[in-house]
Amino acid sequence: MDGNRHMTLVGALQVLADLRRDQVVVTTMSAAREWQRLVDHPLDFHYVPSTMGGGLALALGIALAQPQRDVIVLSGDGSLLMNLGSLVTATASKGHNLTVIVVDNGVYETTGGQKLVTTSCPIDLAGMALAARFASVAEFDNLDAWKEGAAAALTQPGPRFIVLKVAPASGDYTLDAPGPMADRIKAFRAALEK
Amino acid sequence: MLLGPQLARTIADFGATHVIWLPDTTLGQWEEALETSASFQLLRVCREGESWPLAAGLYLGGKSPLVVMQSTGLFESGDALRNVLFDLKIPLFSLIGYRSYLVEDSRDTAKKYAEPILNAWGLHYELIGGPEDLPRLTKHYRDCQAAGKPGVGLIAEGRM
Repeated sequence: MDGNRHMTLVGALQVLADLRRDQVVVTTMSAAREWQRLVDHPLDFHYVPSTMGGGLALALGIALAQPQRDVIVLSGDGSLLMNLGSLVTATASKGHNLTVIVVDNGVYETTGGQKLVTTSCPIDLAGMALAARFASVAEFDNLDAWKEGAAAALTQPGPRFIVLKVAPASGDYTLDAPGPMADRIKAFRAALEK
Repeated sequence: MLLGPQLARTIADFGATHVIWLPDTTLGQWEEALETSASFQLLRVCREGESWPLAAGLYLGGKSPLVVMQSTGLFESGDALRNVLFDLKIPLFSLIGYRSYLVEDSRDTAKKYAEPILNAWGLHYELIGGPEDLPRLTKHYRDCQAAGKPGVGLIAEGRM
């Protein structure tokens, strides 16, 4: 395990999977890889391939288009750092039905686990979200606390921002697209219309 | 030069539901007209790289977004454009401000590279100089939508 990060990504995602009902879930990067193994739901959109850092903006677009639905985006800390302005775009756009979950593992996992710039300069992502005026912000650094607090964190006023401090994966960095994008877009749009 | 109300009416005729924009000096003059239109919602972004995935999300959610930015934003947001238009194959239409196009002796590299970049992406564009070109812009939009392809209205601008 890396430093104080003891929660596994799979363990953290399983908590969310157990609580998930009819929310849209947008996944990117390593979270996309593991979520696909845990869950098969028509309202999942695996943003693979993506433009790194674009997951939050894509999920915000869905949230604005579908205000009656809750939309959760699973992003990485490296991805978020590529587009920090998206935090402000999300709150300024009044994406009240948006939940941003950052799986913070401190590395660029899908490229092999290289260190982020924050390795030498630890930062407070939750504090940044608070400063960007997210309505509710939470951070969990162990599985028990996440299990206990997840349901409440997911039902706070939105937009919501949740940081999950997880350990980097050890070896399985592969990220495969789960089928042709055109088919997935068609199926996802059809699921939204139901 | 295009006036805001003229362009807002054209965008409304497109059937656009959202305009995602980051303005420059020329495009910025449309702000009031775009912001007050009852036909679509204006969404501001912090950086142009957000515009394409934001528009993609709106499209996935059943809406009809339009992206508006300067040519420099086009350059900045290349990877996001590549992913959304060519990986996801979402047929977004955009209005790109062609900085310095109207300045004959301009050495602005934003002018030099705008059309080569659009050509490199294989994006079909129409150069729009003024209100007389709006019917051509509308036809280009309709043609792109009918073909399920992305397209660009390249808005002629003066100095930055």
